[in-house]
This record gives sequence, structure tokens and C-alpha cells, in this order.
Amino acid sequence: MALKLLLRDGLREAMIEEMRIDENVFLMGEEVAEYNGAYKVSKGMLEEFGAKRVIDTPIAELGFAGIGVGAAMNGLRPIVEFMTWNFAVLAFDQIVNNAAKTLSQSAGQFKCPIVFRGPSGSAGQLAQQHSQTFESWLGNVPGVKVISCVDPIEAKGLMKAAIRDENPVCVMESEVFYAMELEITDDGKRTYSFGGKKFEADGLMPQDGEDVIVPIGKAAIRRAGTDVTIVTFNKMVFVALEAAELLKAEGISAEVIDLRTIRPLDHDTILESVKKTNRLVIVDESWPMFGVASEIAYQIQKYGFDHLDAPVTRVNSADTNLGYSSVFVEEYLPNAQKVAEAVKNVMYVK
Amino acid sequence: MQQVLEKVKAPKGGSKKSSFPKETWLTWYETMLRIRRFEERSLMMYSQQKIRGFCHVYIGQEAIAAGLVSALRKEDALITAYRAHGIALAKGLSSKECMAELFGKATGCVGGKGGSMHFFSAEHKFFGGNGIVGAQIPIGAGIAFAEKYKGTDNLCVTMFGDGAARQGALYESFNMAMTWKLPALFICENNQYAMGTSVARTSNVQDLYKIGAAFDMPSEAVDGMDPEEVHNALDRAAKHIRSGKGPYFLEIKTYRYKGHSVSDPGKYRTKDELQAYMDIDPLKLTEEKILKNKIATDAEIQSIKDKIKAEIEEATQFAEDSPLPIAADLYTDNYVENDYPYVRD
Ligand SMILES: Cc1ncc(C[n+]2csc(CCOP(=O)(O)OP(=O)(O)O)c2C)c(N)n1
Ligand SMILES: [Mg+2]
Repeated sequence: MALKLLLRDGLREAMIEEMRIDENVFLMGEEVAEYNGAYKVSKGMLEEFGAKRVIDTPIAELGFAGIGVGAAMNGLRPIVEFMTWNFAVLAFDQIVNNAAKTLSQSAGQFKCPIVFRGPSGSAGQLAQQHSQTFESWLGNVPGVKVISCVDPIEAKGLMKAAIRDENPVCVMESEVFYAMELEITDDGKRTYSFGGKKFEADGLMPQDGEDVIVPIGKAAIRRAGTDVTIVTFNKMVFVALEAAELLKAEGISAEVIDLRTIRPLDHDTILESVKKTNRLVIVDESWPMFGVASEIAYQIQKYGFDHLDAPVTRVNSADTNLGYSSVFVEEYLPNAQKVAEAVKNVMYVK
Repeated sequence: MQQVLEKVKAPKGGSKKSSFPKETWLTWYETMLRIRRFEERSLMMYSQQKIRGFCHVYIGQEAIAAGLVSALRKEDALITAYRAHGIALAKGLSSKECMAELFGKATGCVGGKGGSMHFFSAEHKFFGGNGIVGAQIPIGAGIAFAEKYKGTDNLCVTMFGDGAARQGALYESFNMAMTWKLPALFICENNQYAMGTSVARTSNVQDLYKIGAAFDMPSEAVDGMDPEEVHNALDRAAKHIRSGKGPYFLEIKTYRYKGHSVSDPGKYRTKDELQAYMDIDPLKLTEEKILKNKIATDAEIQSIKDKIKAEIEEATQFAEDSPLPIAADLYTDNYVENDYPYVRD
């Protein structure tokens, strides 16, 4: 089955399909209805579902996130869109203190089946307040699940799983990748295109007419390899794939794993890969301290110690705020060269 | 829309004799012209990709900046949102350092670290340039708190949009500012839209100045298309605040002619609505009034135009010629210490 899908369309299809099945699902957020979404993810949804179920909110993140939590506790299944996760910081009280704790506090009497979603990560020269990555922040919180995947068809499948999940789920998307296109040709070849670049990778191959659901908590191998494992997520998958190409030219075969879910973390897939390659590099756009990369590094040194031929290494964004100038963006973010460098370090090659 | 326009008093068109001296009129005119031309140039430079990221321009709202220049003191502090270029220029930042900042250059007002949304200047008591909608409201109250604490006669102007008025932070801050009688001048620049969302769609209460009533905060609506009106309101507010009676709230009704940011085509409003405001354009009307009432001559107006034209030209050239910051500066200013132990893998 040939398929072409943009990330923003995949996410929208997931919401639409679930809203058709379950009338308790509704979407709420800034500019989601009449404006069709700040990044057009919810385009056309107001038209199909009406203002009862596709709701424009005032700029009041704390308030509407809390309204979502209350609605979820009382039987609905809200999808709360944050224009970006940077603005969700205002709503962390409701996400962390309430959504994440409702089930525990009420000893299981009240569930909170809610999806909080929006783009996470740098989107170019947007400076300090608009460039943050939130997987590590929320990955630290028991009571929420965290998804971060930009493969269009799998992000769709994960979004559907998130909407059906009985727990609060935080979904991290990507502003710059909403327009990324995935093409799967009839021979099963999978190509991602964006900004004039093209990448080939492996992934889910949906069957005709199949209801695509990707289980939360399972990583995907985007590229098989034998010499080193590169674990990553969200848009850094493409940095890793680009690095893998650079390394291939030098005779190094890298396996690229897309975590897809940050919490719970799929240790098994990583460990199995490391058992094969004996080397691990983690590429994580979040800040280095106390983050996704640190957690994976801990797990692998603990449970894969005997399989490691080199220390686990990570490539993160810089341990700083991100200034506006192009010079800073370049210096701050992981890129293919930095990743290839890290790989060569763990391979002990110059 | 009609409703909104009616609430904004019709411009006087020079029918009434102004009590303001010539210098004030020329200050208003020059301030507005500088901002208009600066913003037009920044849009042009954006289209040439000299400026990147978000860029929110102030075109249409200049009369508010003009009133701020004439009615307040240099020592008064000011904080605003990301639509900051015009206000920064009004607060005394130079066109050069502002344009260089937009270009991401080392000579910018924050060395290329902030860009369009984050202009700052300690020298001019300009506290930014803030990107999180509404966050500047409590911060502004805090700046006012510090002025009172230090026993100065200064106030802090806190500016925010109609969209920001829906954030909970406003209600908490208004309450504390009133309770503690802080020297805080809150200004809501009601340009009728928060991105694509009109004021009418986000609240039962469309007259934003009424929010102040819940706190017994003196509050009024002001015609933001007329610098004279803006000046008078600011003057009343500042006198009240400086007399020690606490905060004052002005809802200044205005309009942005361009989209929310460079990427917004602004399809949520009609051409007629936009035209209705462009018909009462503060820059155009002020020029007309000055000439009609013979406040200044054609030649004097022309010399201001020439001066601003040269200034913007020079600022753009300066921005173009300035060096980029160095990459190592990513590791400065995150902490006060220069030897902070960053994690560097
Ligand atoms: C907390 C937060 N939520 C959302 C945004 C995205 N955003 C940026 S500007 C804006 C609209 C604000 O409108 P308004 O306060 O009226 O100011 P104006 O742009 O009209 O000057 C929104 C929603 C943000 N920057 N911060
Ligand atoms: Mg507004």
C-alpha cells in the first residue's frame, strides 16, 4: 500500500478517528478551532465536530489544563493542545500536581485519561523561552506517560494509543517537523523528506484499512547496524540517521533506535541492541543534566555492563540557555558531525 | 468591530486647540515616525532573511509609545511583551542597537542573545522584551515593589496585550499590587486580537478596563490612536501613582495593522476593519494636525522625515556591518560566574 503522510496530518487523523469513535473525546487549546491550529494540526476539525468538541480557549494555560483534568476525572477524554510545551510550564501545576497524582491520591477511584500535546524542542532562532525540550522534565514524573515521536504514521498510532490510554499522556511533537513527509512506496521503501533532505529508514508498515495503533512503551529500530547503537527520539532521529550515513562512508555500521516513548522507557530494545554492538551513544535534545540520556546511560551500565566495550556516551544540547543568533543555535544543538564524533570516540577510532 | 470603533472616540481632527507645546507635538510625531519606519524596515529585512525566528511588529500602535515618551520620566521603569521594538525605541534604545539585535549581531542591545522578542536595556530601565504571555505582569508589579521598597518616586509601567489579560497572573498581581499600593501603572494594549482570537471570543467582559473594578483599582479606557489622549491618560495615572495611592489601570484601545507575527496572514479580520483603523492612523493624523494648526512648518516636518530616513538607513547598515557574536558566548551570561562548571561532554 503506497502511503504519503505529513506529521501534522498523521496527528490530526489520529484525533479525528478517535473523536469519531468516542464522543467523550474533545480537543481544547489556543487557536485550535477557528484558526485551524497555530501549526495547522487541527485543520478542519472545527468544521467536522463543531464548537462543542473543538474549543478555542483564551490564553490561560493553567486554567484550561485544569479544566481538562476536571473533565477527565468526571468521565471525559480531553486532548489539551499547548501551542508549544514552553507555555505548558504555566500548566505544570495541573499536569504534575493533579493529573499525575489523581489516581494515586484517590486510591484508584478517579482516573485522569487526558492527553496533553504540543511541540517540544528548538525550532530555529526562537531564543531562550521558545526553544526548550520537555521530555526530560516530564519523564521524571511518576503518573504520566510521555511520548515523543515524529514519524508521521507512528506518531499517529501513538496518538491514538494515547487518547485511548486511561492515564495522563504527554505527547511531544515538533514544530519544524510538522511539515515532514513520510512516503512508503509499494515495495515497502520508507522515505522521510523535509527541508530538501531525504532519509530512508525502517518502521511500521501499515496494512490497507488497518487501524494503526502503536503501543506506548515500545521503541523502533530505524536503521539496523552492527558496530554501535545510537539511541534517540523526536527530530534527533534524523540527526542520528545523517550521522549513520557519514559513518557508513567510514566503514562504521550504526544501529539507530527511535525511542518513541520516553516514559515508560523500552530498556529491552536498547539492551538487545547493545548486546550486539557493545557500544552506545545517546542523542538527546534535552539538557544534559538529569535527563533522558542520563537515565538510559544508567540503565545500560547497570544491566548491560558486561556487554559494553566502551563507556556510554551522550550528545545533548548545550548545558545553557539558547540565544537568538544563528551562531548560538549552531553551537547549541546536537548535529550529525557531533554524533559521528561521539561514535568514533566509543569506537576508539580517530 | 463597529462596536469597538465606536468606543474609541472619533479623532478630533484639529477642531480643538491643543494645549501642548510645539516640542511635544514634534516629539510625538518623531517617535511614531521612527517606530513606523523601523518596523517597515524590519519586515523588509525579514523577507531578506536577515532577521529570523519570530518577529512581531508594532505598526498601528505607535501613539501609545508616543504618549509614554512625553508623559513619563526617564527614571520610570518599563516592561512589556514580545511586541517590543516600538516600546524599546520609545524608552530610548537606539535604532542601531535594536536593528543589530534583530540581525543577531554582537552589537545588538543584548548582543544577539535575545532577538526580536527579548530587547533589554538596564541603562534605560527597560526590563524587556518577554516571550511568555502575561508573565511580565507580576514581574512589573515586582519592579514597582522594588521602587517603593527603595523609597523612590518612580513607577513601573507594565504593558501587556488583550490576550495576556486572560492569564491568571494578572488577577494575582492586580490584587497584590492594590493591597500593597505599589507604584504600578498597568497598561493593556487592546489591539482587539490575540493572534487570531478576538477579544469578544475569550470573555464575557469585553471592556478590559472593567477588570480593575474587582480590585478597586482606578481604571479607564483610552483612545490609543491619538497620542494626546494617551498622554493625558498616562499623566493622570502617573500623578495618582506618584501621590502614593497605588496602581492604576489603563486599557488603551488600539490596532495592529500587520499580522500577529511575520508568518500570520491575518485572515480572521476584514479588510474594512483594518481600513477603518488606517483611516484614523495616528501618524497620518498627527502630521495633518501639526500642519493644519500650524504647529510646525512643512519644512520642519520634512526635516524630521529626512532625519528618520537617514537614521533607519544608518541603523540597517550598522546591523549589516556588525560582527556576529562568537560561539563561545553561548556559555556566558547563564550564570553570573565566569567559571561556572558547565557540563561539557
Ligand atoms: C504563555 C503563552 N501562551 C501562548 C503563547 C503564544 N502566543 C504568543 S503571542 C500570543 C497572543 C497574545 O496576544 P496579546 O496578548 O493580545 O498581544 P498582541 O500579540 O496582540 O500584542 C500567543 C497566544 C505564549 N507566547 N505564551
Ligand atoms: Mg492583542
